[in-house]
Amino acid sequence: MRRRDLLLGTLFLLAAWQAVSWVVGSGVLPYRSATNILPGPLEVFPVFFREMPGRLGQDFLVSLWRVLASMALAVALAVPAGLVMGQSHGLNRLLSPLVYLTYPVPKVVLVPVVVLFFGVGDAGKIVVITLILFFQILVLVRDAAAGLRAELLQSVRSLGAGRRALFLYVYFPASLPAVLTALRVSVGTAVAVLYVAELYATQQGLGYYIFLEGSTLLDYPAMYAGIVAMALLGLGLYFAVDGLERWLCPWEFAQ
Amino acid sequence: MISVRSLSFAYPGGRPIFSDFSWEVERGEAWAVLGPSGFGKSTLLNLLAGLRPPSAGEVRIDGEVIRRPRPRTGLVLQDFGLLPWATCEQNVSLGLRIQGFYGPDGKHAPASVSARNARERTEYWLARLGLTTVRRQYPGQLSGGQRQRAAIARTLALEPDLLLMDEPFASLDAPTRESLQNLALELRAEQKLTTVVVTHSIEEAAILGPKILLFGNGHGQGPGRGMEWIDNPSAGQAAYRGSADYHAMCDQLRERMGAGVEQGARVAG
Repeated sequence: MRRRDLLLGTLFLLAAWQAVSWVVGSGVLPYRSATNILPGPLEVFPVFFREMPGRLGQDFLVSLWRVLASMALAVALAVPAGLVMGQSHGLNRLLSPLVYLTYPVPKVVLVPVVVLFFGVGDAGKIVVITLILFFQILVLVRDAAAGLRAELLQSVRSLGAGRRALFLYVYFPASLPAVLTALRVSVGTAVAVLYVAELYATQQGLGYYIFLEGSTLLDYPAMYAGIVAMALLGLGLYFAVDGLERWLCPWEFAQ
Repeated sequence: MISVRSLSFAYPGGRPIFSDFSWEVERGEAWAVLGPSGFGKSTLLNLLAGLRPPSAGEVRIDGEVIRRPRPRTGLVLQDFGLLPWATCEQNVSLGLRIQGFYGPDGKHAPASVSARNARERTEYWLARLGLTTVRRQYPGQLSGGQRQRAAIARTLALEPDLLLMDEPFASLDAPTRESLQNLALELRAEQKLTTVVVTHSIEEAAILGPKILLFGNGHGQGPGRGMEWIDNPSAGQAAYRGSADYHAMCDQLRERMGAGVEQGARVAG
């Protein structure tokens, strides 16, 4: 995708948003409200830029930290587990039914349980997002490791590689694209679940900010500024993972 | 150099592939192992490389019993041997980097050779095999011939004294295959290597093997199903290809191998 097309797409979405906002605000629709419930970007972005250095920015950083910590934790736990399962038929046979049963369970329903166990602080949110990312990474890394051809492993062993060198030169680079793909496809879900988790008994994070501005303070432009921040968080992480993949896995993009 | 004594081997749950098989290879000899698929040629190479343990008997190389890959044995496989995520240059230097990783411990890398001049050796082998211009490309971007040359460069950069090749040129088109066969002859003479090449191609065995170990000639039953040693003293020069001797040798090999396949079919039927 070219930069110019991305820019055009962005402009189109903003224009559509503004147009719908004018329609909603004009009073032609059959409902009554003292304030426009869909302020347009012309109204929201000034609020966004005014609030970012203040409370909105703080909540953004809290949410960003929660996602990044979860990503790091999930990678640290799932990559070794996936590599071990991918290398050992016995372990894979033993653990695969467990993964098969737990992988499709929507982790978001565990939010209340995790809050009971880990409380309302950062830990609970991080645990929930880690659960989501963990299974994605585990499954893809396991399949990447299991899919390595025996000929490749034998030829590297014939160059003198033992267990440690095989890990360093074969298993680790082979699992990198799997890790990044898993992060790329699940980062959207992670941010969505973070939003739900931040509605629960917390006083920090973008979920809380949006909830507070929308339902308690009834400051709709600020609520939309929070939504924009959340969208930018998801989009930014997606682009970051995408860029990381291009940087760390250049062979995937060589024609 | 290689001494195989009373070797037996069977895959778990399978019928024996070798039973009481013995074979000697002198230093500097070049052998072609020829036979139809499923007669254990690649298994033999894996046993020599130390990638599989024999069920009984032993493989000795330079007097040492082989239980794991030996640092000075080089192995070149048909395909899939290159790391897809490493450039041509990184693949060629892979063995040297692995040696550098372990140091000269005698187990993963020869105790006597240091990987200090790894950079020069990589440069030399990239240039010797004509890979300098594609050094930054990934295996997926290389032609089949370039990939195989990279695999050979990677192996020879470790300065092996024994080179094992498993169907090294089978997936290449005919002109590339012939030029790589000629290159293999040159390199063998230049590096004074002991080589064992496994192939199912009669022509390749005749070109590359002054000595040929033929599997499955139809004589004898059971494991091994008729192996024989054939001398092919004129092999080893590029000019041999196409000569009357060469054609006679191919005919002889074809006849013996054909007899084995036919008899195998009769037994199976």
